[in-house]
Amino acid sequence: MLIPHPLLGPRDAQEFTYLGDARLLDRPDGLAEDAEASFFDHVYLRDNPAGLHRELWFHEQGDRSWLVVTRDTVTHEILGAELARDLVLRNRGAA
Amino acid sequence: MRFSVFRVLREAATGHRGWRPLWRNPDPQPGYDYVIVGGGGHGLATAYYLATTFRQARIAVLEKSWLGSGNIGRNTTIIRSNYLLPGNEPFYEFSMKLWEGLEQEFNFNAMVSQRGILNLIHSDGQRDAYRRRGNAMRLAGADAELLDRDGVRAMYPWLNFDHARFPIKGGLLQRRAGTARHDGVAWGYARGADLAGVDLIQNCEVTGFRIEGGRVRGVETSRGFIGAGKVGVAVAGSTSRVMALAGLGRLPIESHALQAFVSEGLKPVIDGVITFGAGHFYVSQSDKGGLVFGGDIDGYNSYAQRGNLPVIEDVAEGGMALMPMIGRARLLRIWGGIMDMSMDGSPIIDRTPVEGLYLNAGWCYGGFKATPASGHAFAHLLATDTPHPTAAAYRLDRFRRGWLIDEKGVGAQPNLH
Ligand SMILES: Cc1cc2nc3c(=O)[nH]c(=O)nc-3n(C[C@H](O)[C@H](O)[C@H](O)COP(=O)(O)OP(=O)(O)OC[C@H]3O[C@@H](n4cnc5c(N)ncnc54)[C@H](O)[C@@H]3O)c2cc1C
Repeated sequence: MLIPHPLLGPRDAQEFTYLGDARLLDRPDGLAEDAEASFFDHVYLRDNPAGLHRELWFHEQGDRSWLVVTRDTVTHEILGAELARDLVLRNRGAA
Repeated sequence: MRFSVFRVLREAATGHRGWRPLWRNPDPQPGYDYVIVGGGGHGLATAYYLATTFRQARIAVLEKSWLGSGNIGRNTTIIRSNYLLPGNEPFYEFSMKLWEGLEQEFNFNAMVSQRGILNLIHSDGQRDAYRRRGNAMRLAGADAELLDRDGVRAMYPWLNFDHARFPIKGGLLQRRAGTARHDGVAWGYARGADLAGVDLIQNCEVTGFRIEGGRVRGVETSRGFIGAGKVGVAVAGSTSRVMALAGLGRLPIESHALQAFVSEGLKPVIDGVITFGAGHFYVSQSDKGGLVFGGDIDGYNSYAQRGNLPVIEDVAEGGMALMPMIGRARLLRIWGGIMDMSMDGSPIIDRTPVEGLYLNAGWCYGGFKATPASGHAFAHLLATDTPHPTAAAYRLDRFRRGWLIDEKGVGAQPNLH
């Protein structure tokens, strides 16, 4: 699989390590009332979809940036990638 | 139709015209007491034990494709009970004991072969860890022997003992472990269940659950609605997809692809199962002569039933490090299956928040050896509404309560289990 790195162009997926669902970026608030329940959900539960999946890949053998890759789990086709940092900053801006 | 030596001789003498299909191919009834979703090893074994050991009736197995088309027909056939933790080891040893009597019990040749499994040791720390594991196994009634380097050399003199980075220093041997014919296991359970009155319904995909007042009433399928008193789901890699139909899709499970490899047929060289302790590589030899081997999962969520080249390279490197003579063998076939990787690497056999709906999942890449015990324990739960004593730790809510069964100690990272 080739991952279209937004800064470096197409890179072999082997240069990356995989973490999982990009929802892991939304870390719950540890001081909230429901922290225990939301951390359980965050740490242990996954949607695990068959089809499009937005997921975190770390460019360990490259520029060491975190990417959010959109990939089809049924065909392994990769539809796009962006810097996780950009996504988080954009979401913060929106909130 | 019973199989026996007499029967084989009679058929040989009469031109093999008396053999009959191993099971019926019935149309679904409007309703059953028990509906098992998934005609893999675990679903078929569950139906078999429900009908025989637990004497229940009106049972159906619904399979979306043909029986045994999933992981039960794709695995590398290793059976063993060399686990460490108290939540696991008694269960896998129970499974090993069921394997030992299985063929006599269901009167079918599943080619169960107790040829032994050898886990190699490459460092002092690993020897300590395996000694501890061996002791845990013996405490649970299993067999385990710690071999020194000479003991390993006597078994497999051609291993790469003096590898510069990973020399072989010994091994943990379980002699009662071995292999079984994966298809034969599915066929044996299917035939046994059919003979006991279970309807095995193929090409019947479950597309929804009918749930009224928090209780399951039946399943919607590609062949119409089928009513059910209780529904047991055992769909391995498809668990999240199927449970999502009941509103329970967010589970402690990720689906990942695991590949398996078979070489061309070679003269007999490996009479047991060997695992490399320094990388992920394991190998045995089939009765046809092919080396059957495998390694890690591909590592990213997948429903593709096939893997990619990097893992093939990684597995081949493991093989070369362990037994350089493998380098001249040619690969004949490669395939993949979808594993239901759980968050602690251990399975789930439990009720669900929906009354009458039960779940059997999270087998990672080790569910073949569990087939008999999983079927027995799931049937126990379905029939009695209490967990089987050896499966009492496999609760769905253990992740929330902090009672993980994390054999590898890697935490909630399913692609590392
Ligand atoms: C390459 C490979 C090597 C392995 N090696 C080993 C090994 O050496 N030792 C070991 O112990 N384990 C091994 N395993 C793991 C083992 O094969 C699995 O854990 C086990 O087979 C899973 O249980 P099962 O047999 O019930 O699954 P499956 O055979 O996958 O059964 C699930 C069934 O559910 C059906 N299904 C799915 N969705 C629906 C639906 N909506 N409606 C109806 N039916 C549905 C599927 O078609 C499938 O037939 C290996 C697996 C693979 C892929």
